[in-house]
Amino acid sequence: MQAAVWESTLAQELTGHFGDRILACSSYLGQNFVEVRPEAAVSVLLYLKEKAGFDTIVDLTAVDYPKREARFDLIYVVYSHPRNERLRIKMQIPEGFEPSTAVPVFSGANWMEREIFDLFGIRFAGHPDLRRILLPDEWTGHPLRKDTSILAMDQAWVQEHVGIESGQ
Amino acid sequence: MTGTFLDTNELVLNMGPQHPSTHGVLRVVLKLDGERVLSSDCVIGYLHRGVEKIAEHRTYAMFAPYVDRMDYLSAVSNGLGYCLAVEKLLNVEAPPRAQAVRVILVELNRIASHLFWLGTHALDIGAMAPLFFTLREREEVLKIFENYCGARITTHAFRIGGLYYELYEGFEAEISAFCEMFQGRLDEYEKLLTENRIWVNRLKGVGILTAEQCKDLGVTGPMLRASGVKWDLRKAQPYSGYEQYDFDIPTRETGDTYDRYLVRLEEMRQSVRIIQQAVKKIPAGPAMAKVPKVIKPPAGEVYVSIEAPKGELGYFIVSDGTIHPYRIHVRPPSFVNLQALSIMAKGALVADVVAIIGTIDIVLGEVDR
Repeated sequence: MQAAVWESTLAQELTGHFGDRILACSSYLGQNFVEVRPEAAVSVLLYLKEKAGFDTIVDLTAVDYPKREARFDLIYVVYSHPRNERLRIKMQIPEGFEPSTAVPVFSGANWMEREIFDLFGIRFAGHPDLRRILLPDEWTGHPLRKDTSILAMDQAWVQEHVGIESGQ
Repeated sequence: MTGTFLDTNELVLNMGPQHPSTHGVLRVVLKLDGERVLSSDCVIGYLHRGVEKIAEHRTYAMFAPYVDRMDYLSAVSNGLGYCLAVEKLLNVEAPPRAQAVRVILVELNRIASHLFWLGTHALDIGAMAPLFFTLREREEVLKIFENYCGARITTHAFRIGGLYYELYEGFEAEISAFCEMFQGRLDEYEKLLTENRIWVNRLKGVGILTAEQCKDLGVTGPMLRASGVKWDLRKAQPYSGYEQYDFDIPTRETGDTYDRYLVRLEEMRQSVRIIQQAVKKIPAGPAMAKVPKVIKPPAGEVYVSIEAPKGELGYFIVSDGTIHPYRIHVRPPSFVNLQALSIMAKGALVADVVAIIGTIDIVLGEVDR
């Protein structure tokens, strides 16, 4: 990605306040994003909410890069009503790392984090209700990981609950 | 005798997934104290088809018809959001002619979606007649879609870069006639419902959501506007040429179910205004931007969102420079808005839960993806 450096007062403010916990402030096709250390993500979100007016969580999602050392990208999209501005907070986390939950900052993160847990198998530390959301509770496997085949399914679950040999 | 004889027990009531008022396959587990809801838990995923996984195995153009099947009541809006996101990734813009036609069709779709919501919401509350009226008008919109692209529901009307279909003979006249007719029909719905005593009693003060709660949860669309936040992506961050059109953002103050009804009704009027302006001046010129036959965006990631009938519909696309998207994440408005159900239902009556589910305006195809 040919991202440019995002220069603005907010970017300066963030790097001034968080120091080396902010890895980069960049901009791609006019969309700004901040790369942070995974430990700092929730405090950055809290800072943005309380000091910079980013009052809404828009989206939270993950991307899997199985060949990379820190396997997953975790991306928060926040929006500020007073500034009419959107910002992405991005962090890289290795397999097994449990990022802390954003639910105390934005209660809307609840289902979004459950979805990521369900489809990627990333556990959020301190989440009030971390259950699967789209797939059945007893399901095994996390379909949006790149090493899960598009044809993969939990055969045992299908046989037991649907009463058919296979869903394929 | 001790008091234990008269003790009440908490009752767990399972609503759905085959309950007619849950608009598909939503299951709500309600904990009740008599008629009052103590807490509620949504169980979703019955319609999960894994479209985000499918997307990784399709090309950019091949995935476009799949998005129609998420919010199947507003397939045109879904298609617009996806096309805009890929266009952003390619750094191209649809030509003015395509933009104008897109706006017309998307606003017609907003009307169709709101009409279906109004009819089914009224049916849930117990008024059967509005459903027949609203579906009659929705049929007219679907006929326009059918004439334009041959499909009524899952239209796949747009292509990445612009339009595939040229306008048919009499497109403008048909749409102007629809707008003319529809305004009168909106007045009829108002006569049926707005001051109807049963309607008002069932909706007023039910399912209140404050502006702070909305922002905290990420709730968007008519639900946010009914809570008094004058925010609409078409105005806040215009796309597809919305800045050229003159329209208002309807808002209300209390954020109850009745307010959301009024906001959606007024939105339909505003949509008519936009369509009337757009149809008068559809620019001539090409309908397709210069897009390569094989779509291969440079590596990068974008988040693009539009104001769909139900709220903010966003697409987060990661490209690794190949013909397949590396990852597509859809931010469906219904999924985020549905989280508000447990807040709105707390302390309500069981019968009100039906009204509250209706007022969120969910489509389970989009919630479960």
